[in-house]
Amino acid sequence: MEPLLSLSHLVKHYATQKAVDDISFDIQKGSIFGLLGPNGAGKTTLLRMITGIFYPDSGTIQLDGKQFDPLMDIREIGYMPEERGLYKKMKIGEQALYLAQLRGLSKADAMVKIKYWFEKFEMQSWWNKNVEDLSKGMSQKLQFVITVLHEPKLIILDEPFSGLDPLNANLIKDEIYNLAKKGATIIFSTHRMEQVEEICDHIVLVNLGKKILDGTVADIKQQFKEYIFAIETSQPELINDNTLFSILDKADKNPNKILVKLSQSVASNEVLTYLIEQQIPIISYNEVLPSLNDIFIQLVEDTHAKARAFQNI
Amino acid sequence: MHKIWIIIQREYTSRVKNKRFLLVTFLVPLLMVGLIVGSAYFSFKGTEERKIAVIDPNGFFKNKLKNSTQLKFEFPKEVDTSNYQAKGYSDILLMPVFEGDKKADYILRSKKSMGFNLQESISRKINAAIEDQMLEKAGIQQSILDSIHQSAQIAELKAYEDEGKKSKESNAGLAMAIGYASGLLIYITMFIYGTMVLRGVMEEKTNRIAEVIVSSVKPFELMLGKIIGIGAVGLTQFLMWIIVVMTLTGVGFGLLPDDMQSQVQQLQQSGGQMGAAGLAQASESAKNIYAFQHVISTTNWPLIIGCFLFYFLGGFLFYASLFAAVGSVVNEDPQDAQSLMFPITMPIIFSYIITNVVIQNPNTAMAFWASVIPFSSPMVMMARISYGVPSTVPYWELALSMLTLIAGFLLTTWLSAKIYRTGILMYGKKVTWKEMFKWAFAKS
Repeated sequence: MEPLLSLSHLVKHYATQKAVDDISFDIQKGSIFGLLGPNGAGKTTLLRMITGIFYPDSGTIQLDGKQFDPLMDIREIGYMPEERGLYKKMKIGEQALYLAQLRGLSKADAMVKIKYWFEKFEMQSWWNKNVEDLSKGMSQKLQFVITVLHEPKLIILDEPFSGLDPLNANLIKDEIYNLAKKGATIIFSTHRMEQVEEICDHIVLVNLGKKILDGTVADIKQQFKEYIFAIETSQPELINDNTLFSILDKADKNPNKILVKLSQSVASNEVLTYLIEQQIPIISYNEVLPSLNDIFIQLVEDTHAKARAFQNI
Repeated sequence: MHKIWIIIQREYTSRVKNKRFLLVTFLVPLLMVGLIVGSAYFSFKGTEERKIAVIDPNGFFKNKLKNSTQLKFEFPKEVDTSNYQAKGYSDILLMPVFEGDKKADYILRSKKSMGFNLQESISRKINAAIEDQMLEKAGIQQSILDSIHQSAQIAELKAYEDEGKKSKESNAGLAMAIGYASGLLIYITMFIYGTMVLRGVMEEKTNRIAEVIVSSVKPFELMLGKIIGIGAVGLTQFLMWIIVVMTLTGVGFGLLPDDMQSQVQQLQQSGGQMGAAGLAQASESAKNIYAFQHVISTTNWPLIIGCFLFYFLGGFLFYASLFAAVGSVVNEDPQDAQSLMFPITMPIIFSYIITNVVIQNPNTAMAFWASVIPFSSPMVMMARISYGVPSTVPYWELALSMLTLIAGFLLTTWLSAKIYRTGILMYGKKVTWKEMFKWAFAKS
């Protein structure tokens, strides 16, 4: 399939640092793409280049097979930045209308679409309220609506769930799936790894301005797996270290569950056979794949990511 | 371009619809009229009256100290420093025994101390009495002196400006008043609307809406839309003020008694030269109103108003983009704004000081340079224009001043836009002047 967005060798330098240093990746049409990285890794700079706010120093961006043109293609992009807000003294309806018009919708067109979304999120009664009367969660919802209102091909959400209660977060999450199903491509940037695991098809991890990981969530987990298995048994005392595996941790919440790390080139079935031979009653046996969180920490730790975060631009 | 228009509309309507705008629009002219009337009223009515007991041992000053609205001199007996207050006097003036030409001390004792002006006035009155006495000694009679004083007030200076073959009546007093007023007005509005731009930009940054918007429009469009929108608010405000003031004056004239109105009209038709009988008939106030209208009509209002609008807009655009640049680098802390604003407000205040000097001498070298340099030209040039174009300000000077102002605001807008587009997206970092300069002059 054709990628919707294709970045190749993007570079952006600030006076003091290389914010984005030769990053390339593709994003498939209709996918939910996770852009991850510690603070100051260059994510925001990358997103600002994709949205046409910044021009790259070098490298190219292709949108839908064509050279990206910030002036024309802005209509195709919906961007919800991490640092986002609204005019406090403006009526909510007017505000949505204003921002929709700036995106290039006609007034009449914008009205129809705002009505549709306000109805969907049960926000009709908000129209004449001021933004300062809204709770944080409510204004998040409004911002989401404003982002997707003009039916962009590419939707970029930077920490979309911050400040939302689980109920509203689910509402937005379902909407993200919906939009992807309808063909929109979504870039999702966050630090919350459990959300990434849940939502994203494909992820890229950047650190210190460079791409350090690129793949589907399942592939990456396979790539970083450490051959750890969880064995649940009614007689855990029967299991001891041996040539096949070593016990990692007995002190799980469940005392009947034991984590073991297989020795090199031992297949998982060999362990199972061994356990059966030893007549250990097995309740369950499964592989434990690393969480994205673990992978993230493993990759980013010990780099100078923290110090760099102070030079945020 | 279409998007700038949407931004301008929002900036404009959100401010014009604001209740505060309406309030200022109607209150400021009323306040100004009230201030003028009020200060005139108080300078006339609001003064205290002081009753002064004069102790004059040899009776020399009796009936020679002239009473005024504020000072009443009496020559009571049996009043001294111990009991003047009890007898209802506010002050007591102790005269020495008058001995002709010797210097002597005159002592004033008061319940409440007297203002400087009143003290001066008393001292003048005493000296006048002595002078009269000396003149009389020299053989000049008081009555002759009085009549000479009165009949000598016949010279009236009429100044004319020569413009080629024509010459035109000029009125330095009015020119000064107009120049001063328009300079002051530009000064005030520059501050009001400049800081309005600053606050607007700060609002966008601190509310974190800037990035949402610049993902749809270019930062330059956002900045320009805001500046033009707010400039339009300023123009609207001026237009409303002019309408309100004209209406008030019209209503004021309509409230005059009918015969006075017709007298003023007659004076207008005859160009002030009524027959002796008619002139005598016209009341003093009708003549004053006529004189006022006549003076007003000698001024080239279309030129002044046209220039005023140009210099207001030019000056506003020049400074507004600088204010916008400062607004874009301010973080949450309003105190940052204060210190960053200082280098911009300084030239405005300085220009106002220059204006006050130039208005006295509109033809100096300083006046020329200050009205060509865009930092000060909006105020200083307005002060000079009221003295007359091309007599005081030649056309080429006016053209040069306008061109430098246009070039000036194009330059400040261009430089500010570069600071603005970096600053508006930068959070949590204190920006120094050095960095701002770097952004402004960096190659894009």
